[in-house]
This record gives sequence, structure tokens and C-alpha cells, in this order.
Amino acid sequence: MVRRDVIHGSRALAEAVKLCDVNVIAAYPITPQTHIVEDIARFIANGELNAEYIRVESEHSAMSACIGASAAGARTFTATSSQGLALMYEMLFVASGLRLPIVMANANRAMSSPINIWNDQQDSISIRDCGWLQFYCETNQEVLDLTIQAYKISESEGVHLPSIVCLDGYVLTHTIEPVEIPEKEDVRSFLPPYSPPFILDPATPMTLGPLGDPSVYMEFRIAQQKAMEKAYETIRKVNREFEKKFGRKYGLIEKYNMEDAEIAIVTLGSVAGTIKEFIDSTNEKIGLVKIWCYRPFPREELIQTLRDVNTVAVVEKDVSIGLGEGAVFSELKGIFYSEDVRPKIIGAIVGLGGRDVANQHISRIIEECKNPKHEVIWVG
Amino acid sequence: MKLSGLVKMRVALIDVPSYVKCRQNCEAQLTASRCWKFARRIEKVSDDELFAKGHRACAGCGAAIAMRLILKATGRNVIISQSTGCMEVVSSQYPQTAWRVPWIHVAFENAAAVASGIEAAIKALGKKGIKVLAIGGDGGTVDIGLQALSGAVERGHDFTYICYDNEAYMNTGVQRSGATPYGASTTTSPPGALSIGNETPKKDMPSIMIAHRAKYVATACVSFPLDFMEKVRKAVSTKGPAYIHVLTPCPIGWGFPSEKTIEIGRLAVDTGMWILYEAEDGNIRITYKPNRRKHVREYLKTQKRFKHLSEVEIEKIDQDIEKRWKKLLG
Repeated sequence: MVRRDVIHGSRALAEAVKLCDVNVIAAYPITPQTHIVEDIARFIANGELNAEYIRVESEHSAMSACIGASAAGARTFTATSSQGLALMYEMLFVASGLRLPIVMANANRAMSSPINIWNDQQDSISIRDCGWLQFYCETNQEVLDLTIQAYKISESEGVHLPSIVCLDGYVLTHTIEPVEIPEKEDVRSFLPPYSPPFILDPATPMTLGPLGDPSVYMEFRIAQQKAMEKAYETIRKVNREFEKKFGRKYGLIEKYNMEDAEIAIVTLGSVAGTIKEFIDSTNEKIGLVKIWCYRPFPREELIQTLRDVNTVAVVEKDVSIGLGEGAVFSELKGIFYSEDVRPKIIGAIVGLGGRDVANQHISRIIEECKNPKHEVIWVG
Repeated sequence: MKLSGLVKMRVALIDVPSYVKCRQNCEAQLTASRCWKFARRIEKVSDDELFAKGHRACAGCGAAIAMRLILKATGRNVIISQSTGCMEVVSSQYPQTAWRVPWIHVAFENAAAVASGIEAAIKALGKKGIKVLAIGGDGGTVDIGLQALSGAVERGHDFTYICYDNEAYMNTGVQRSGATPYGASTTTSPPGALSIGNETPKKDMPSIMIAHRAKYVATACVSFPLDFMEKVRKAVSTKGPAYIHVLTPCPIGWGFPSEKTIEIGRLAVDTGMWILYEAEDGNIRITYKPNRRKHVREYLKTQKRFKHLSEVEIEKIDQDIEKRWKKLLG
């Protein structure tokens, strides 16, 4: 029986970790991630989850311990946010370079300074080039579903890359919503036990993390890019399997009201819910493209979906200081550069440091789309 | 009886029944009874060479000797987490490796954190008997890796951490670390009109580990291979965190001829510059006591890094050693 519960996003994530039979968790507390690691600690203390829990002394050590555990053959998990993710930065490249399918949750939070514990997505967007798969959640149900799928995708043959599942701090972590929690047996049949082809084991000695000089280094990087391309296919396959098993449809992007849309909003994360409500409240031809998977970047899907739209507004909670635009906006312009048919694209920077994004802000962005005067607008 | 190469070269045994017959006078002038004990200790040394030759270490590298001895003591049933540094660079250039045991290098400051993950995985997967070992240089241990090491030891993981100490950042070109001794010249602590060289005393890392209540803590030196290997064996068979700090002379960084590595390590111990002890549950026991402590001048004069020191400074260093010597051996 599927259990239907009304829970926080943090709890949904912890439930997913429990369902996935994670072997080793290494984590360090940071607001607003704390409820995730507290819930997992409770599961272990109650005997609901049989796992080793390393209460590390920093996020740097959290990711380091996950790397060691994953290399030794364990399914591993950590969760962090903002400053913690930044402290892990060095290790993120190592985890993907060593091709370890670690799954991490990130409670999206603004970067200091000024120090701010509220939501935006600067933290995870800033690690886009680390070689991790990146998933963004709109709802608590997506938090649970994408975490389970992340393990399967990351551990798939030919992929072997780590995943980060992003849930907006407070907006999801501390907000309750109804969530369907699947049966453990169903998750087990969807996600088989972790059995990597190579592990650190005295029976089969292996050197992991060698020195790669200029004659070999580029090949390692190319192999990672190839694995990302493989992930692109694997994600679609896993989404289909997930839908068949659990009845909920996923993809690299979600299209909402896009059939005859003249204006399209592209966004990531929980703000998609606000935008859907806005769309439902008007008769205008406005659609939404929600990016579920930011890395690998859903290039083909975005081109196919947006090429015939008049104007696209990329609504995002991050900015590249010095360029003056958000990362997704820059990248969307980039992929359309070589296309003959392309929409007008504008960027909207919203919600930094937890600033509320409400109907009037979406309305302002739509006005700009109808009569574009700026390439980038800051709204809020 | 088979003697492993390294030890065979330095050991001559006199009149020991059923063991190797000695054809020359022993360097240490050992009595027959001490030789017997010595021979029994040698007997325990494995012939397995798990740190393969052909690695890229400099001639006379003390740290490379340490790696070889460590693996002779641990045997094959071990997983190693190694920090960035000399020994990582010389041993792992893709597609070659000097490691005949499972080995992972992740970064500079986190060998202990990686080891804690490996240990947790072994437990979680229900595997038995695999020893977990983290190895770092002095920079990777006493400076940048201190936090990760402190955390891993405090959490009580069942692992051993070995710091090979060549007393500076040798891999990047002899920059000063927290383990550089007082007065030493390095590329970032050069002596000059306003400087005597490194102006601070060496960080006492083993004491910091004892303060963490690590189950087993020891100091060692590659010039005392049996003592070192016995400590490694003890450390890896200890349940809970263990720490060994092994002094590994560096011909390049210290400025001495590459054939003098072992002699200089001996002088470090014979002058009290480096004292060999072990601490089980915090109780310190000296494992090698020279008959008479030599003046530190004997040690300092062998190395270019100390050649600028005045007699006054040398006396000061010797007096500091004397205090510590009396405290530990008194």
C-alpha cells in the first residue's frame, strides 16, 4: 500500500534515503538542511534504517567521507546548503572525477555575504561545472521521487556520476505538503542494490585517484562529458521506468500550458508552482518550462519546446556578478545562437536571499515580455 | 632464516644458534643474547614487497622507505587513504602505480575523513578484518589536515593514521610547515639579517593525538625499521583510532647526501631531537633509549638547513632538548 502523508520537504527527502537503503550517511548540520539529517538520525536510532551515520566535523569532511565510503562500495548520502556546499567545492570535482555515484541533497540558500539563511539558488548554480547531475524540485513529492531516481541514474552503467537534488530552503524544506510514499519493496525492485564494478577491496587491489599528467588528463575529462551525455539518455529511460512503477511522469523538463504559448517562462524549483497559478489565472497564451534536470543541460528539449515561442523569460534565483545575468539565461541564449528560428529571450533575476516571488512579480515579467525594453530585469 | 633486504644489509648477527651465522663484527657490538632477540624481531618482517620499486621518489628518500616498511607491517589486508604530497605524487602517476594494495588519493587535507568513510563502508557492508590506514605528510597532517584528523580520531573510527614527517612542504619545494623545527632554513623561512630561519618550535602532533585519547600513539623513525614496523603492527591491530608520527629525513629539503638518510635519522634520535616512544591509552613508554644523549650539534651540522645557526642558537636548541629529554626519559 502506498502511504499518503502530509510532510515537510526535508522529511520527504529523509524518507527517500530510507527507501533507498543507503549504507553510509556523512553530514554536517546547516540551516535550512538540518531537518533532513535529524530525520535520518532518528530513523537510524529507531532501527528503521540500517546505516552507518558519520557525524563529521565539516562539510568538507562530509563529502570526503562520502567519497571514501562510495569508493569502498557503499551507497552514500549527504545533505548540505549554501556555505556548506561551497566548503565542499574542492571535493565535488573529486567525487565526479572518481566517478562515484554519491547522491546529495541541497537545501537551496543564498550565499554570504551578507550572511542570509533564506532561499535562492546561487549555491547550486555556482557548482554547475563540477560534473554533478543537478535536479531541481517544485514540490515535496518531487523531492522524494527525484531522490530515488537520482540513485538509479547515478549508479547506471556508463554514467557513474554523482547527483545533487536541490530543494528550495524553507519553501520546500520547512513546508508541509501531501506526499505519496511508496512501498519499500517497490523501491527495491526499481532500485537494485548498489554493485559497482570496481571498489577498494584487498581481494582486488586498485589505485584510485592517481596523478594524471598532461598526456592523459584531457581524456579523463572527455570521459566525464561522455558519461554526462550517457546520463541524458539514462534519465529519460529511468523516468519511463519510474512512471510505469509509480505512476508519476518525469523528464528533463516539464511543459505546462505550452501547446499554443506565445510567451514562455523558463525556471527551476518551487517558484514554478507560483508561475503555474499565475498562468491558470489568466487567459493569455503563457506557458511554463520547468527544468527538472539542469545538468546534463536539456539542450534538445529546450530548443524543440521554445523555438516557436515569441518571447522567453528565464526566471531564476541566481546571478553572475560581472556579467549581470543568470546562468540559465546565458546558457539558453547560447544554445539558440546556432538556431535559425529562435525566440526573443530575456532574463529575470528574482527572489535573491529569500525575497518573496508573488503574482505581481510574474506579472511584471510578462509585461516586459510583451514589450521588451531590457535584456535583464531584477524583479522583487 | 630469510632476512628482508633492507634489514639484512644493516644487521649482522653473532653466534646465534639456528639463525644466520655472522661473519663480521656487528656495528652495534651486540651481545649474543641481544642478537637473539633481535633475530626474533627480524623473523617477523615480511618478505612481501607491497610498495613496488620503480616509483619516482628522489634517491635516499626517507618517506619512500617508510611506505615500504608500513606495508611490510600491515600486509595485504588493508585499504589506504593517502593525502596529496610527495608519496602520492611519486607513487601513482597514471597508468602506473607502486601500490599493491587498494589505495585512494582524494586531496591534501582529508586523508583521515576519507578513511572514516572507508571504515564506515566496511562496517555497513559487514566486511571483517580489513584494516584502514590513512597516510599523510607533515603538511597534510599538522597543518591543512589537522581538522579532518581531529574529527576522525575524536569520532573513534577504527583506523590508523601515519604521518610521515620530512619537516616541510617538500613536494612543492621546501616551504615551511608547522612541523619545521626551530631555526631551520626553508624557502619560506630563509635566514637573513632579521631572521634566524624558522622562528617557531615544531608542533607536537603526537601529544595532540594523545590529548584526543587515541588508543595508540607512537613516534618512529625510518632509521629504526624494526621499532617502526612493530609500532605499525600494534597500531593496525588496535581497536579504535591509532596514530604514528614517523620522522623521514629528506636529502633535498634538509641538505645532506642521499646515502646519509639512515645515519641522519639515527642522529636525530641519538641527540634527542626526535624521541621514540609509544603511548597506549595515554601511558607513554620510551621504546629506544640511547646510552648517552649526543649533543644536538652532531645532528645539526650534518644538514645545510641548519648551517647558518650560531653556537648560541645551537646551545639554546640543545637546552630545549635537554628539558624535554629529562621530562620524558627522566
